Amino acid sequence: MNLNYLSRTLGYKVLQEPEHDAVVSQAYTSDLLSDVMGNAPEDSVLITVQGHKNTVAVASLAGMKAIILCSNRSAPDEMLDAAAQEGIAVFATRDSQFTVSYKVARGLGLV
Amino acid sequence: MFIANIPLRGYNAGMQTIPINTYTSPTVILELIYRLKIKHVMCRKLYTAGTNTTLREIQLLMREKSITGVPVVEGKRILGIVSMDDIICALDQGYINDPASKWMSRNLIILEDDMPVSFAISYFDKHKYRRFPVINKDKELVGMITTRDITTGLLVELNREVDRIERMKTDTQSEDTRLEGLRRYEIMKHNFEKAGLASMEIKKRLKSHGIPSPVIRRAAIAAYELEINLVIHSDGGEIISHFFEDRIEITARDSGPGIADVELAMTEGYTTATPWIRSLGFGAGMGLPNAKKVSDEFTITSHPHKGTEATSIIWYQPNKEDAS
Repeated sequence: MNLNYLSRTLGYKVLQEPEHDAVVSQAYTSDLLSDVMGNAPEDSVLITVQGHKNTVAVASLAGMKAIILCSNRSAPDEMLDAAAQEGIAVFATRDSQFTVSYKVARGLGLV
Repeated sequence: MFIANIPLRGYNAGMQTIPINTYTSPTVILELIYRLKIKHVMCRKLYTAGTNTTLREIQLLMREKSITGVPVVEGKRILGIVSMDDIICALDQGYINDPASKWMSRNLIILEDDMPVSFAISYFDKHKYRRFPVINKDKELVGMITTRDITTGLLVELNREVDRIERMKTDTQSEDTRLEGLRRYEIMKHNFEKAGLASMEIKKRLKSHGIPSPVIRRAAIAAYELEINLVIHSDGGEIISHFFEDRIEITARDSGPGIADVELAMTEGYTTATPWIRSLGFGAGMGLPNAKKVSDEFTITSHPHKGTEATSIIWYQPNKEDAS
């Protein structure tokens, strides 16, 4: 799934632009960062409500490509600065984590 | 005669004291004020007067050179000092044309150029004079020292010190072009702002040397879990990353408070984290188990009240299946 799908098709707000033609093959939904760290697959998108700098650190260290902040959570500037530095795309939406998860699953061709 | 009662001191005497405690200041400062000698900071350019110089001439000299005290000398020996206050008194009382020797202060406190700066600081604190004449071991007048000379001298030295520290930092950074080496990162308690910095650098260093990405990912996970554990649970500690030709060893070391039951701490889901930490997404009781899971070798020892040391070893050519 091209990350542009999240903004173009699902209408999610882009807080930090994805790298050109960045694609993900999987997704992981969690708010526990050590759960993300231990179990999230590489080249995936993180579906979470944790909007802070450490989320970016975890996503980057786990080799993830993007973060979707659900339920209208906001991202502090320092989080977006870190995301820009680490090359992690950040999107935001009013959708809940459940809604985002099934929409992304459809985009990934999993359902 | 209330003017005559004013002791020899500056009009801004309240600003004289140097706010450095010569006993309990930080070690770097103490080391500095004991190492620096008065001769290193004093002013060597002297404007002096002879015994027959009039107070009027001294007043003109003060104005011309923007100074507030003039030593009166005979050859290289100091006999007295005429200060701005003496001049003001002379103007007020009408004896400005008298020779210096008649009104100068003869009761002097004189410092020696080999004394440490700390001496001068405590003398300024004790006596409230604005300047002290400085002599060498042959009793010759060689300079004058003011509080301003001391603060300037200290600033110059502190600048040098900071510059040295910064250069040391760049030196260690530039060494990082080789894979092999050792880096230490100080980790502060509850500083989530900096959390992940050590892990990020470890990841980048491995990446720039072409280590396979599944291995990098495992090293990054181990480093991050150990790092975040220090942030959450320790009183502060350090991450030591030791890069070898064939493996990386990541050690987390702290000086307290220690883990009461290590076996329990290694159990998935067991946590002692506070609700605040959990609200940040940490403290799920998965840190140590995660770190162990991705490591080829993992050791942890802890003593309550003393501290904890955990080490993760990861080989670049994995003999363990990729944990992701």
